[in-house]
Amino acid sequence: MPTFQSYEGQTPAWCPGCGNFPILKTLKEALAELEIEPHQLTVVSGIGQAAKLPHYMKCNTFNGLHGRTLPVATGIRLANHEMPVIAVAGDGDCYGEGGNHLLHAIRRNINVKLFVHDNQVYGLTKGQASPTTMEGVVTKTQPFGSLSEALNPMAMAVALDCSFVARGFAGDAEFLKGLMKEALNHKGFALLDILQPCVTFNKVNTYQWYSGRVYRIGDDHDPFDRIEAFKKALEWGEKIPTGIIYRNSRPTLEERIPVIKDTPLIKQRFSFKEAEKEIQGFY
Amino acid sequence: MDYTIRIGGEAGQGLQTIGGVLAKVFARSGLHVFTHQDYMSRIRGGHNFYQIRLSDREVMSSREKVDILIALDLNTISIHRGSLSEEGIIIYDAAFIKKGFDSPEFLNIPFEAIAVEAGGNRIMANTVATGAVLGILGMDLNIFEDIIRERFSKKGEEIAGKNIASARAGFDHAVKVCTRCDFAVPEPGGTPLMLINGNEATGLGALMSGCRFYAAYPMTPSTGIMIFLASKAKEYGIVIEQAEDEISAINMALGASFAGTRAMTGSSGGGFALMVEGLSLAAMTETPIVIAEVQRPGPATGLPTRTEQADLLFVLHAGHGEFARVVLAPGTPEQAFYLTNKAFDLAEKYQIPVFILSDQHLADSEWTFRGLDTGRLRHNDYKLRSEALESISVYKRHRLTENGISPMAVPGESGHLIVTDSDEHDEEGHMIEDAETRIKMTQKRLLKKLPLIRQEIEPPLLYGSERPDIVIAGWGSTYGVMKEAVDVFSGDYAIAMLHFSELYPFPSTEKFDYLSVLGNARLSLCIENNATGQFSRLMRAETGYKFDAGINKYDGRPFTLEGLSGELDAHISKL
Repeated sequence: MPTFQSYEGQTPAWCPGCGNFPILKTLKEALAELEIEPHQLTVVSGIGQAAKLPHYMKCNTFNGLHGRTLPVATGIRLANHEMPVIAVAGDGDCYGEGGNHLLHAIRRNINVKLFVHDNQVYGLTKGQASPTTMEGVVTKTQPFGSLSEALNPMAMAVALDCSFVARGFAGDAEFLKGLMKEALNHKGFALLDILQPCVTFNKVNTYQWYSGRVYRIGDDHDPFDRIEAFKKALEWGEKIPTGIIYRNSRPTLEERIPVIKDTPLIKQRFSFKEAEKEIQGFY
Repeated sequence: MDYTIRIGGEAGQGLQTIGGVLAKVFARSGLHVFTHQDYMSRIRGGHNFYQIRLSDREVMSSREKVDILIALDLNTISIHRGSLSEEGIIIYDAAFIKKGFDSPEFLNIPFEAIAVEAGGNRIMANTVATGAVLGILGMDLNIFEDIIRERFSKKGEEIAGKNIASARAGFDHAVKVCTRCDFAVPEPGGTPLMLINGNEATGLGALMSGCRFYAAYPMTPSTGIMIFLASKAKEYGIVIEQAEDEISAINMALGASFAGTRAMTGSSGGGFALMVEGLSLAAMTETPIVIAEVQRPGPATGLPTRTEQADLLFVLHAGHGEFARVVLAPGTPEQAFYLTNKAFDLAEKYQIPVFILSDQHLADSEWTFRGLDTGRLRHNDYKLRSEALESISVYKRHRLTENGISPMAVPGESGHLIVTDSDEHDEEGHMIEDAETRIKMTQKRLLKKLPLIRQEIEPPLLYGSERPDIVIAGWGSTYGVMKEAVDVFSGDYAIAMLHFSELYPFPSTEKFDYLSVLGNARLSLCIENNATGQFSRLMRAETGYKFDAGINKYDGRPFTLEGLSGELDAHISKL
């Protein structure tokens, strides 16, 4: 039976107080509670501080390129859909460089869990604006303040009919753990956006800024109601909802590909002898 | 006997149907066939042609002179009339193109009217035209009738019957009205030959090498590979994913490969440009991958449906950083089949990216072959499997070994963890920044592997004189035209071809001292479908050898036999 310690990896090289720490800890707990062994799981990441996470735990890991987390995760899942695949990304990684891949991962409904560490800033490159940086926030590369409207990943995902859309907060680890487990148990693509204060570069969206605003979505919200979900997704400012905003039940990509419906690709035996008859098709 | 048939018309008029069926009839009759296609980047309209050369000897290039021109529109007549051979014939439907011609080379065959008269409909005009060509050539209809039955078996006997009637009517009409038809095609009965184009052969090679995952974004002229594999997906269990872009395609293929599947992607130059980041990732993570780069003229969108060999240096140098790769450039569909198999074998054995560098000319040209020898295929599994895995106490994905090859295991197959990283990493796959590990990893990925890979590379093929005075050298799809050009000149000169189909690591001279062949020649010419002589430059960089001159064609069209022979003649006459 795996425990929290089963996932213990290298010592993280994040800044003291970084919002990534509680996320890492929570993920290990969630996995242990779901009894997923480290070797049964693959965590894929791209580039950024969040993308270093798999190195700080024990599991199969493909740490690839900036923004390209989801295509790699998709390829792994299609080759072996018995293996849970978690994609870990930052807001720049996933919503900026990897925006196109996100759209299509949602459309495919590949059964990959995407956990986005959303700190509304580029941490690895030291503090430039990210797609979720709020309009007007001044950085070294945005001297007039960020002139673009901040991306609302929740509203975007609801609009795309993403099969699981949730928001967590690094400052509410207990609730976050429940969301991670819900996402892992969900059948289909899951987007879990985790608000994660960057204590070094983001002087606006601090723990303090969030603590007065973040609230847990109550039982009265029906996540299967897309219109209600959309309203919830649009809430940002004085009140910021956390919890499952939207979900639906639709077939995954893996289920819809007849050749892997029953057996994962890597477990299928291929007959070279049988394939030889294909040559006859060219006479 | 050596005839050329050209079918010209607008896109969408069924040129490919007529041409494809005729080529198949000839191949089944045991005749040698070479076809090539010239098409514009549009769905309908414009001017396209499909050309078939047939002979009782091996043919592997296109000629400029046409013996039978099938004109499906007026434009075809004005463009190609001048290419007609002395005994050549132009067949056309005067009612359809609304113009008649009186010259003796013209043969009016009312394709549409004959089809309707025979009980078919206007769509069957193409069947009439195909039947007419067979009549003109003095062949019989049996094989064509078989093909019609196979093709329409699903649509029912009635449709097949009407097509057969249309074919016969076209055939009979042509025999009756063609007074100057004097073609001498041997009686059928020879061993049927297989007919296959470069893209199909690459796809077939991939299928028969155990490729189970193909992700790509459609791009002419590479799409044929994806279409072939997709047509076999259900039967053989292949996952085909049409990615949102080429960046995604290569990353998906890498994910599938990491997870334990033989994976491939393909594109043309512009799409491959987007994959370059992922190429470098494949190298750093030592994830096997096969990439088909089917060239077309650039830069940028270039000539989307035409041919060029101008991505050689790009493919050789693509990717940031230094790493091992293999570049294979088949010259024929047969080579494409075997080299694709070799690509999968080398990719997995050395955990590197391997390229199939093809081009539109090879991709779309059909050749006849006696067959393919599946006994030559390599089916090695280089992965670390269950029993071997269990005997290891500590598994490290990037373990430092004598030969630089780390045993490759796949996630989930054992209790061991598989970790890899695009950052420089240690043996376990975790990111590092220290100088010592960096040096060891570079030695492992590049310096140790490269000499081993180089030993697997075959030297160029010498065809023609053993001690040539004149050597023509080239690579990839110019194989056929170079070989036939050697035949043209070999009666008068000691001439030979050196054809390179395995380009990188550049072949050593250990197995065959091709440099001494070049050194002893009075004239050496490098034949390339590009403007700058990219292979010439590679040759000079790798061996120091400099060709006397280059023959470069960069109009987006392949060399024709007459074209290349003419240029060769100009060089040779100066000797």
